[in-house]
Amino acid sequence: MKVTFPHMGNQYVATKILLEELGVDIVVPAECNQEALNIGTQHSPESICLPLKVNIGNYMKGFKEGADTIVLTGSCGPCRFGYYSILQKEILKDMGYDDIKVILLDPPQGDYKNFIDSVTELAQTKNPYKILRALKKAIQILYEVDALEEATHYKRPRQKQKGLVDRYYDQFHKDVRKVYGYKETSRVIEKARQDILNIEEEPNREILKIGIIGEIYTVIEPFVNLNIEKKLGDMGIEVHRSLKISHWLTEHLFLSPLNLTMEGKTRKAAEPYIKTMIGGHARETVGHGVRYAQEGFDGIIQIYPFTCMPEIVAQSILPKVETDYNTPYLCLIVDEMTGEAGFNTRIEAFTDLLQRRKELRHNEKLLSGN
Amino acid sequence: MKNCYLGIDVGSVSTNIVLMGEDKKILVKAYTRTQGKPIEAIQRGFKEIQTKLKEKVIVKGVGSTGSGRHLASMIVGADIVKNEITAHGIAALSFVDGVRTILEIGGQDSKIILLRDGVISDFAMNTVCAAGTGSFLDRQAARLGIEIEDFGDEALKSANAVRIAGRCAVFAESDMIHKQQLGHNQEDIIKGLCDALVRNFLNNLGKGKEILGPVVFQGGVAANIGIKKSFEEALGFEVYVPPHHEVMGAIGCCLLAQEHHIKGNKTKFEGFELANSGYQVKGIECEDCANLCEVIEIFKDDNLMARWGDKCGKWSDLVKENNENEKLA
Repeated sequence: MKVTFPHMGNQYVATKILLEELGVDIVVPAECNQEALNIGTQHSPESICLPLKVNIGNYMKGFKEGADTIVLTGSCGPCRFGYYSILQKEILKDMGYDDIKVILLDPPQGDYKNFIDSVTELAQTKNPYKILRALKKAIQILYEVDALEEATHYKRPRQKQKGLVDRYYDQFHKDVRKVYGYKETSRVIEKARQDILNIEEEPNREILKIGIIGEIYTVIEPFVNLNIEKKLGDMGIEVHRSLKISHWLTEHLFLSPLNLTMEGKTRKAAEPYIKTMIGGHARETVGHGVRYAQEGFDGIIQIYPFTCMPEIVAQSILPKVETDYNTPYLCLIVDEMTGEAGFNTRIEAFTDLLQRRKELRHNEKLLSGN
Repeated sequence: MKNCYLGIDVGSVSTNIVLMGEDKKILVKAYTRTQGKPIEAIQRGFKEIQTKLKEKVIVKGVGSTGSGRHLASMIVGADIVKNEITAHGIAALSFVDGVRTILEIGGQDSKIILLRDGVISDFAMNTVCAAGTGSFLDRQAARLGIEIEDFGDEALKSANAVRIAGRCAVFAESDMIHKQQLGHNQEDIIKGLCDALVRNFLNNLGKGKEILGPVVFQGGVAANIGIKKSFEEALGFEVYVPPHHEVMGAIGCCLLAQEHHIKGNKTKFEGFELANSGYQVKGIECEDCANLCEVIEIFKDDNLMARWGDKCGKWSDLVKENNENEKLA
């Protein structure tokens, strides 16, 4: 058995550790790129959301390198993601991959037996101690990678020499594919984090803060959102990303089945606008938007894949949040037809808008234009 | 010798160049068709400026905007490279007192910009559809066999407009042909096209936005009085078209360049002589990673001036070390 899995931002580092610690043979597919998207677009239903298309492309890359099994997570919310595993199996069948095994790690929803069965099938061991230890390490890695990303968000707008953060960060992605197991990986992550934190800062730069909200996959996967975090960082903006895989996993795998939640605050913030769960992360998107506005962020950007219903609902609510809190809001919708030039123009114009507002607040008058 | 500022707007359809004095008076403006050759268009515009210019001037600052803004900035040595939305907003603010809404329709894009208290507060740009743009009108005018300049006058002659489906440029065209086959008058069809464009604009861009007066209509299409009238009918109040409406982006660049100069920065302007230089553009495909970036190189008289297009910055950094250009976003 040789296992591959779809990409979603830095999640691959943790999945790699989980499987490696279990002793499973794995193939880490190449990072998401145009080729993967092209393959996915060709074989998926046209109006399906973008993540599914990219996933299909990822699998193909994995198969090319000898994988025969896919492991993926499921979801319980009424969003198309919950249907992905079934749909993807059908697509693969149509493409002629009949013998590919799919292991689905669905969040337990109280039914731990099914979950444990899938895990034991994947791990090829019934030793719970071994499985839990691997899982713990993987989650630890997830938190470490998220901390590394946070460091890049903080440092990018402040670095004295532009491009240095990306140089270390790209190197990290190269290095991490070469190492094996928890210990080595953890060391590589920590080294990258230290390198980035040690970059010299430019002290007198004015930093704007933007909160990024929206559908989890498009928010997290840099290829799909056209590297928005890097772009904003290079324009001198500190980015705060509302969703992190580490939080999502803790929430959905451990807390939510036990009726505990970390997202109570976010849900409460969303309450004046949307009271109930309508699927996906619509409520959380609105809630995070409100929280960013309350915390005095300079702006909010929502990103979601074309045709994503929960986010469309959130999009129609957010202009109300924008006026209520006087915090500018921009919505970006991505799919395989997204043109980068238009995307850049909008982001640039949005940052200009934020900067002018800030200047105005400082000087009580506009520097130019009058 | 007069101090002045240069603004260049390289769009998909037209390239506009404006020379503005320190008192914000427009000295000269040049409006030429881009025709897919932005470098030649800039050179042609420069020649036009030179011939129209009656006095000696010193350029103290240069700004570029439009979809070809990065290319233009490399060629002329611009100090400010700005997106179209900001440039248009700033120009309108400076020339129209208290403006609160800008409707802008250009060659291949359209935007709505909302301003409150003298600051851009919200904007939208057309995304998946070109039915609300100038190119669409251009094409329909050609199909109807009339000059685009006469389009507006024809529309005003109409007594009962035809309703044309304006959701999508292609379907609008087929619907228009259908209406022609039914035997409708030309001027009614033209008025219908204007209404369809305005409906498309307001539904796509204006939806959910509070459109307050004074409303300014700018961009190349603002010359079309038919569209202006359709906007006024749809919005219910007067729409104001400023005198230099077709070059507002370039004017915004002049203002930004002036601000840049006042802050104490020297200009990098290469001079008007570049109209006589030769430019070559070469492209390579970098195969060092899976991104397969297309890297563009620009040569001026066989000297490498600029390089861009790479995601990692490996190629563009090489040039930047020599001439410190602003990083492309």
